[in-house]
Amino acid sequence: MKATGSSLQLEQVSVRYPGEASQTRPALADVEFKVDGGEHVALVGPSGAGKTTLLHVAAAALRATRGRVLLDGQEPWALGSRSRQQLRRRLFLAPQVPPLPPRQRVVTAVLAGRLPAMSLASSLRSLLYPLDIGAAHEALEPFDLGGRLFDRVDRLSGGERQRVSLARALLAPARLWLLDEPLSALDPVRATRALQIVRQRASQRGITLVVSMHQVDMAMTHFPRLIGVRAGRIRFDSPPSQISPEQLRSLYEREAPTPEPSDVAADVETGETVAVPMVWR
Amino acid sequence: MWLPTWRRAKPWQCRWCGASCGVMETDPGLLMAAVRSPYQRDPAWRGRLAWLLVSAVLLWPLLVLTEFRPWRMLDSRSLQVTAHFLAGFLPPALDADFLRVVARETWRTVAIATAGVTLALLLAAPLALVATAALSISSLSGRMGVVPFVTRQAARALMVALRTVPELVWALVFVRVVGLGPTSGVLAIGLTYGGMLGKVFAEILEGSDEHPTRTLLANGGGRLQAFLYGLLPQAAPELTSYTIYRWECAIRSSVVLGFVGAGGLGQQMDSSLKMLAGNEVATMLLVFIGLVWLADSVSAWLRGLLR
Repeated sequence: MKATGSSLQLEQVSVRYPGEASQTRPALADVEFKVDGGEHVALVGPSGAGKTTLLHVAAAALRATRGRVLLDGQEPWALGSRSRQQLRRRLFLAPQVPPLPPRQRVVTAVLAGRLPAMSLASSLRSLLYPLDIGAAHEALEPFDLGGRLFDRVDRLSGGERQRVSLARALLAPARLWLLDEPLSALDPVRATRALQIVRQRASQRGITLVVSMHQVDMAMTHFPRLIGVRAGRIRFDSPPSQISPEQLRSLYEREAPTPEPSDVAADVETGETVAVPMVWR
Repeated sequence: MWLPTWRRAKPWQCRWCGASCGVMETDPGLLMAAVRSPYQRDPAWRGRLAWLLVSAVLLWPLLVLTEFRPWRMLDSRSLQVTAHFLAGFLPPALDADFLRVVARETWRTVAIATAGVTLALLLAAPLALVATAALSISSLSGRMGVVPFVTRQAARALMVALRTVPELVWALVFVRVVGLGPTSGVLAIGLTYGGMLGKVFAEILEGSDEHPTRTLLANGGGRLQAFLYGLLPQAAPELTSYTIYRWECAIRSSVVLGFVGAGGLGQQMDSSLKMLAGNEVATMLLVFIGLVWLADSVSAWLRGLLR
């Protein structure tokens, strides 16, 4: 049986982080697109383009300064806080830095993906004795981590943690996966394999998939639709066959050096590292 | 970059000593850059210096006000009084009857401290969970909502009230209400330490990495679930070690409470002091040091387990 994934729609979305001067460019400016249920989309663009911000806005983890976000036709910020939290269960946001406490065991970290579907009593019970070790193992196995089930997270490498974070997605009760650069710490072979598994599982269950990534060639070969983001704006939104090499080149082109403000300020302005802590504050 | 005349080194002069110390010869380019470049000077040092000066200026009148003159302890008369007082402590009383009493009262002291800290935990855990901003769902998107903010502040205020009243005062109150004995000690420690533990628990939770918790909340998890799977694994060792430390404090505190009639070693010590039985006091002090040392070892062992 194939359930349908959640649809996602952004209408005229602009985001400006609080405390930023009004003359600096916003993190997102008039972003507009629609992802249908079950669709797979890759977000590409240079660092600091606004990919992370876009995913957070889509995940209702960040409120747009202007514009509307619709999840399954529902506007999260028009709902009460309780219904909004319920709506959040339909999505799974995997941040670029794996959100795993270092002292937790892998099995617990993976099963944490199920929490939104679990009662408080069973989540407590699962801390005493993991409730579904089989499911955790099954989720880890395709990522070659089946043997690390009872290891602590701080024993894992960066790439292994990233794959644990993906395995957690497989257990989440979500209908929309928003993965923020899930391949950034993986070697090319593992990255391809991980992407294949994620796409395959998502298709099997009809889950909507939005993945931000730096590997444009992988995005071009694996995804039926690419959205190019640069400086907070959408540059293109089309199937890979319709994307010209010029479009790609201009997406990643270095900005011409601006005389004012100074180089340091320009770095800060475009740096993704600035945007992430603001979101997670 | 413009430099005042005195800092403009002549080509043959060293910029540091004004003569020929040889420093300049090592790597003149690098040194010039260090002197000139505004990026290579610590921009924070002025503030640091200012704070040092301000704290010195503030501290001095406080020392005067509290008549802090420790050297007075060392004049001959004070030394004589001290020596006389301490001589009364030797040798420690070791007769079997007294040791039996001490053992019973020691056990009672440990019991008071443990029961008190347990009561404090029951108070502190829910208060800390309510008070900590790390589990706020509304602040996921920037600002915390008004109702959650007010609730958190209320929990904080309650904890302030609980820990502001010293356990000694609580004990005096409860001795009136429930009569002499360990119950008032337990209640007194429970209330004051509930406030202390709650505050520090909330701070430990807020000091942990928020990333795992926030992600769980953003994916639709509940606050308690986010606490159990995101915060607790990080904070558990620190929470445990602080609780044990408070247990050690409670043992010490229950001795003080004994002096106002809340039972335990303290009460025994009070009566021995009143009867000027210095050697009995000495025995109890030794037992006491042993207890605190034991608490310290238990804490170290538990922290090792949880690492």
